[in-house]
Amino acid sequence: MSLLQNIKKGIRNNIVPVVFTILCLVGAIVAQASPFFLLSSVVVRLARNLLLVFSLIIPVVSGLGLNFGIVLGAMAAQIALVAVTHWNITGLGGFVVAAILSVPLSILFGWLTGKVLNKAKGNEMITSMMLGFFANGLYQLLFLFILGGVIPMVNEAIMLPSGIGIKNTVSLRGIKYALDDVIKISYGSLTIPILTFAVIALFALAIKFLLQTKLGQELRCVGQDMNIAATSGIDVDKMRIIAVIMSTVLAAWGQLIHLQNIGILQTYGSHEQVGLFAVASILIGGASVTKATIGQAVLGTFLFHLLFIISPMAGQQLVGEPQVGEYFRAFVAYGVIGVSLALHAWQKQQAQKDKLKQEI
Amino acid sequence: MSQIKKFIDNFGYTRIIIILFLILLFIAAFALELQTKSLISGILNRAGMNMLLTLAMVPSIQSGTGLNFGLSIGILCGVLGAVLSIAMDLTGGRAFFVANVLGILFAIVAGYVYGLLLNRVKTQEMLIGTYAGFSVVSGMCMFWILAPFKSPKMIWPYGGRGLRVTVSLEDTFDKVLNNFLLGQYNGIEVPWGLYGYIILLCLAVWLFSRSKTGIAMQTAGSNPRFAEASGINVDSMRIIGTILSTVLGAMGILVYAQSYGFLQLYTAPLYMAFPAVAAILIGGATVRKASIAHVIIGTFLFQALLVVALPVTNAVLPEGNLSEVVRIIISNGIIVYALTRIGGGE
Repeated sequence: MSLLQNIKKGIRNNIVPVVFTILCLVGAIVAQASPFFLLSSVVVRLARNLLLVFSLIIPVVSGLGLNFGIVLGAMAAQIALVAVTHWNITGLGGFVVAAILSVPLSILFGWLTGKVLNKAKGNEMITSMMLGFFANGLYQLLFLFILGGVIPMVNEAIMLPSGIGIKNTVSLRGIKYALDDVIKISYGSLTIPILTFAVIALFALAIKFLLQTKLGQELRCVGQDMNIAATSGIDVDKMRIIAVIMSTVLAAWGQLIHLQNIGILQTYGSHEQVGLFAVASILIGGASVTKATIGQAVLGTFLFHLLFIISPMAGQQLVGEPQVGEYFRAFVAYGVIGVSLALHAWQKQQAQKDKLKQEI
Repeated sequence: MSQIKKFIDNFGYTRIIIILFLILLFIAAFALELQTKSLISGILNRAGMNMLLTLAMVPSIQSGTGLNFGLSIGILCGVLGAVLSIAMDLTGGRAFFVANVLGILFAIVAGYVYGLLLNRVKTQEMLIGTYAGFSVVSGMCMFWILAPFKSPKMIWPYGGRGLRVTVSLEDTFDKVLNNFLLGQYNGIEVPWGLYGYIILLCLAVWLFSRSKTGIAMQTAGSNPRFAEASGINVDSMRIIGTILSTVLGAMGILVYAQSYGFLQLYTAPLYMAFPAVAAILIGGATVRKASIAHVIIGTFLFQALLVVALPVTNAVLPEGNLSEVVRIIISNGIIVYALTRIGGGE
């Protein structure tokens, strides 16, 4: 096969990342952004978001599709963060306590999510999305009425003046940059949080390693065909629950890394877009409903957040309205999910038709 | 005993829970001495306002594409029709009529395209419909900001580009149906005009489901293989269902807007499909089965819940917005429940 054909094939197989790379390049030229500025902004966002995107990989491999339910993991992290802020545990210690505290919560949430998703086989993705909305209601019930209303809690700094419920924004001053600042390299506006990236890399290796173990093999077997897995003696439902639990715990830690960098908790908003942005990121990297790798997650997060930074600037340059760019990136996030899910469903339908024809 | 259990199973646990909850709220409302008359007027108004959006779920469920989570596509068609009718400087009933005609035309085209999409993604229609709806809503956000409309009723009074976030309908078709034949009985307001219009459309949908095409569409929905074998074109039946659903969405948002008095642009339509989905599920519909009765019962139960919950929770807990939280939990919870029942029903 000639080189040209190879390139053609490569582009066809990676059409989504290729299109988004071109989109980013065109956007960067239109926006007249300095490459150094773009690099430093994107590095910050990579550190913030990578672990959240990684948390999607295991459910994809296990055949559950894209787990929009990682929102529940983010909620677990935020509950832990409010507790840590309330107890006034600061610095890296506070971050570690929050990380430990979020584990039992996210295991519980993941277990419940897994139970629900096992009842909705074939519709896991929309169910996990609706479950995220539903859980958001319970989360608001907890933070607006139960804390201070049912469970006694007194803290003027983070609670509403009435003494019932948590404020809209909670300052996380105590643990801001708790992880990022331990080891970091700065060069002008570019700051690279070495330890944060090391932790993220460690999780990437752990996920890779896990998928090689016996448990990983079983998860993959369930992902390929539930019936075959069941006949070969694998407890399919249990495996699926394990996959969701691991995803939820990773998402909780991912959200902790995210929020320690931002330093402010939007109590009723920080978690809402987590699922959407993570799913859009991994899909832009070339992943699909049935296949996702660490590499795709990294590439996708890079491209998605680059586009995120560029589009308001490009909107400003093109039509003098940064708002247009903001709508454009929302459009991209929703659109990329819609298009790639539709393409996947279409291919599956096509494959089934071909199979039927062959049988006849 | 087993008969009682069977009855409960048929009736659905969720509906029983919702009705019990509603009764509880009514008792609380009486105990708190709230204005019963204004509550009843509120329920009648809100149910009428939302009924058509719920009705839009019927053709999509009957044709086998499931709950129409992409209803916002139809809603946007209606909103676009309304915006154009305001741009033409029309008022009153004429503005409402033109908005409907334009909205229906857009919805036929959009519904056809949406139907083609849904035919390529069978079994995943609800998920992909959701994201198709989301992307169209955010795409239209760019349109609202860039569209060259000049009507002072819609653009920002001082500076600022694009259309306003909410456009007041005061000078156009605010309450054209609500005020038409408005009955006053002892302080209880019954908008007969609004209900006449809704009954007419419900009747139209019911008649369609009895027609030859309607029966073919339902067969295609409930048993595609049998339908195929008896010579029905399943794919085109699904497209007809989707077009009807989208058209009803467009007409539904116009009824909603005239009752509300405002037209909501930008991100407002993003989540508008979910209350309609929740309402028909509360009425007893499933992902595969829906009737006009489900629409009427569901919309009344759901809206009654929302209307009564607001003053009751405010009286008990003045701080915060408990009724909004209750709404989120109930409407999303019922959708999750329905989704987990799809496999079990077979």
